[in-house]
Amino acid sequence: MLTALTILVDGLVYSSWLFIVAVGLTLIFGVMKVLNVAHGGFYSIGAYAAAWSIGLYFQAGFAPLGAYALLILSAIVSGAIVGFVLERGLLRFVYGRDEVLVVLVTYAVFLILENLVLQIWGVDAYLAYQPDSGLGVTKLDGLAFSNYELALIPTAGLIGFGLWWGLNRTRAGKVLRAVIHDREMALAFGIDVQRLFTVTFVIGAILGAFGGAVTAPMISVTPGIGVEVIVLAFAVVVISGLGSVPGTMVGALIVGLCRAAAVHLLPQVELFVIYAVMSVVLIVRPQGLFGTSQPRRI
Amino acid sequence: MFARKTGMGALHRAAATILAASVLALGAAEAHAESVKIGLVTFLSGPAAAPFGVPAQHAADLMIDAINKGELPAPFHTKGVGGAAIDSFWVDEAGPVTKVVQDFRDMVERRDVNAVVGYVSSGSCLGIAPVAEELKKLTVFFDCGTPRIFEAAKLHYVFRTSATATMDSVGAARYLMTEFPKMKSFGGINQNYAWGQDSWHDFEAAMKDLKPSLAITTVQFPKLFAGQYSAEISALLASHSDVIHSSFFDGDLESFILQAEPRGLFQESHVVFTTGETVMFRFGSKLPDGTILGGRGPYGVLAHPSALNTWFRKSFIEKFGTPPTYPAYQMANALLGVKFAYDKAAKAHPNPSQEQVIEALTHAKYEGMGTEIDMANGDGHQAITDTAYGEYKYDTKTGQPTLTHIVYYPAACVNPPANMNSTDWLKAGMPGAKCK
Amino acid sequence: MDRTTRALLAAAVLLIGASFLIPDWVIFLATVIVAKALVVLGLVILWRTGLMSFGQALYYGLAGYAVGLAQAELGVRDAFLLVGIGILSSAAIALVLGFLLARYRDIFFAMLSLAFSMIFYGTLVRSETLGSTDGFSILLPHFLGYAPGSRAAGHDLLILTVVLAAAAAWLVHRYLASPMGHLTTAIRDNEIRVEYLGYSVERAIRVKYVLAAALAGAGGALVVLAVGHVDPDSTYWTTSGEFVFVTILSGAGSVLAPFLGSALFETLRAYATDYAPHSWQMVLGVCLLLLILFMPQGVWSLFGRVRRLGAKDKVAS
Repeated sequence: MLTALTILVDGLVYSSWLFIVAVGLTLIFGVMKVLNVAHGGFYSIGAYAAAWSIGLYFQAGFAPLGAYALLILSAIVSGAIVGFVLERGLLRFVYGRDEVLVVLVTYAVFLILENLVLQIWGVDAYLAYQPDSGLGVTKLDGLAFSNYELALIPTAGLIGFGLWWGLNRTRAGKVLRAVIHDREMALAFGIDVQRLFTVTFVIGAILGAFGGAVTAPMISVTPGIGVEVIVLAFAVVVISGLGSVPGTMVGALIVGLCRAAAVHLLPQVELFVIYAVMSVVLIVRPQGLFGTSQPRRI
Repeated sequence: MFARKTGMGALHRAAATILAASVLALGAAEAHAESVKIGLVTFLSGPAAAPFGVPAQHAADLMIDAINKGELPAPFHTKGVGGAAIDSFWVDEAGPVTKVVQDFRDMVERRDVNAVVGYVSSGSCLGIAPVAEELKKLTVFFDCGTPRIFEAAKLHYVFRTSATATMDSVGAARYLMTEFPKMKSFGGINQNYAWGQDSWHDFEAAMKDLKPSLAITTVQFPKLFAGQYSAEISALLASHSDVIHSSFFDGDLESFILQAEPRGLFQESHVVFTTGETVMFRFGSKLPDGTILGGRGPYGVLAHPSALNTWFRKSFIEKFGTPPTYPAYQMANALLGVKFAYDKAAKAHPNPSQEQVIEALTHAKYEGMGTEIDMANGDGHQAITDTAYGEYKYDTKTGQPTLTHIVYYPAACVNPPANMNSTDWLKAGMPGAKCK
Repeated sequence: MDRTTRALLAAAVLLIGASFLIPDWVIFLATVIVAKALVVLGLVILWRTGLMSFGQALYYGLAGYAVGLAQAELGVRDAFLLVGIGILSSAAIALVLGFLLARYRDIFFAMLSLAFSMIFYGTLVRSETLGSTDGFSILLPHFLGYAPGSRAAGHDLLILTVVLAAAAAWLVHRYLASPMGHLTTAIRDNEIRVEYLGYSVERAIRVKYVLAAALAGAGGALVVLAVGHVDPDSTYWTTSGEFVFVTILSGAGSVLAPFLGSALFETLRAYATDYAPHSWQMVLGVCLLLLILFMPQGVWSLFGRVRRLGAKDKVAS
């Protein structure tokens, strides 16, 4: 029995996953105007760190509940280290340059990160399914859905809310938005933009790593998972309007629902859905759904 | 003065002549102890490395070492291939076909190999075959599955020592007919690229040939390496199919099992994984009992017992800590084929030329790991083997994964005959299949 | 003849001369390097206009498939015709897509071009008649009725590639020196002023986009003839990314730059895979990173620095 409910649930699950994976990229681009190809690398590292540490954890025989905390912890640690090293050690030297140049720097970084993952963790596939299977299933409309996957929905909502609150209700958030709006003016007001950039990049890296960590229990962690994710994240970010967190939510929702509908009703087009949506959105609204149109400078 | 110089000159000339002669003689003697240089190609990086590249590398390293030392059981117990030691090196198959072809040319023209053994991806094989013919270099494919290699053209320098993917699909269909004769419907989930598309079409054709009344429920084609299958699994669950077919391999296969098992897909339908043998030893009780697994031939735990197979499994486990899976078997069989051809050619001509080796390998029949390799199709260049499928059962008492209800299908039952290509054979209802 | 034209002529003559002496595998490598440099040449034109296309692989791959289909369906074997077909098909699609793309700038231009190339990729992968991810074989080219054996065909193809590339580079050089060519940097600097001067910015961008696509098509056609195989990977985003990389590596200083950059990249990759088969991606990444950080104007800027040093000496003495 196929009902709209199944499509809705599948769509929401996929949208939530997409949002968690893409929001770090949105943040970094919004604040720093850096389109970070290495985001795929953060995802990879987060997934491997989580899978590896969960594997060790269960081998040592600890209680299953701690594994969820471990997931979050491994994401924070791996994301923070990699993000900090990258920003302080490399990116700060290329900020002023041509936007495209910066993208290419991040592309080179991505190649290096992918190989680093290979050197550290090897070519084997890592399994860390216990947090996923430990939660059981829920039956909706006669179909069983994995509770872990359903839990992605409130997780995404929490992250989205947390970011929105951070950006709009805290002083730090207001400072950040000032920098997004006009970097030079913010500097003139005495805001330490460099430090802000470091903090933002690290948060973005942690979010990217978290995307990987949260996915790890659902999949077999193998080399190359970062490559697939980059294009997806980019597409969502472009649809949403580059730098808008609510936009990323809406963008992820649209893509997720369209994809779920395609899988159930017209599986042949599943491959194109995300690119078709991106093309349609850009044609109708060239700056993305929530993007602000740039004033032309004369 | 002149006369004395001439005398000295004669002495010098004599000495030079003797020196030259001895050098030439040494050179000729050297020629007998020369080695056979083989370029080995498989995935050393990327997602295909762990399921295919690593077992293939292990198998090749093990086999080449054993061949050079003469440690294999009979009839392969002689040292080297045709008396010459194998000198090998690895090349990474990862990257676009342009790079794979570039590397092939490099191996043949710059590094001067005697033969190339390798290639997992059908795309690589399709790209390399015409180039191998152009450069006139002996090339042995060990794993790629597309039937098109020898069906599209007559090849002289290219061989494949493993059967095509058609065999996997036909074998699966026949197994399902015998084990579940009451089934009424089937669906599938395969990766949306050549391997997945071909596997599904062959399977669909074979099922319809054997039981035309079967209904097809849902046909899912997620992107290769998608990793996320919750929507597809919902669709499969909702379809209530009797049977679900999948040619997923390793990373995707594992992710799929992890996501589908808790949702009860394996209780809802009989699931057949045509290349599932690779995950047997990684999943333990996580893979539900009753899942039907294939190994692209009688490899791994499906292998026919023999002295060769016993030696192979024992040495492999000893050296690498894990039993050999089917890519390891396929690589071993490719190298056994090379040894067989060189040995046979060397019996008639010591230091055989490439032409003589090719002649020896064409239409050859030799004992491989797990089964007999019969180069019957493709004008003697394409191997056919028998195949087997079984049901997974995790023995909780011993903690060992096993296969039960194993059924073997002879080569002539699941491979197209030498004079037909696979698509026509399936369309015609598999005429000439000898199954008993 | 100005300096660039002289250099182009000299390089072409040298390469063709050398082609009679070098081994076959170097001929193949050289053909691929020069053909891919053509794609980069197109990207350089766009880059000077302030646009970076992340979807050139669309035209690169499309031309390859056009060549394959022309061989299979129409029986065309002549190399000149096949390359022409490749160029025309890419240019035709670019003409249509250009009407849409010319309205975008910066990252949106890049992403939309990427989207189109990925849609094409998806279509190819889904198409079983075109072989899906396996692709299909390309037969050896003929040259004006003369059908050479395989080794000779490779050599003849290199000569054709060099001649075509030299001609294309010279044409682009003349174009960039012309008023329409100067519009590239003008548009990048200030579009509105260009409009006030009476030129149509969108039309100019469309023209340059078609030009870049035609060059990418030429490169794609030549590469598939050299390799003998075409598959969808040639339209994947990583292929586009590679071209963009070589563009930045080369710099936009001269029409000769792409050839140098392409040679550097391919050589780098060949050696990285040879000496570090398990970590060639890292080696590549590190090398390219260093190049971007210390030579952001591309390797071509090295020539500029050397020349300036020489001039300084002259002045001093």
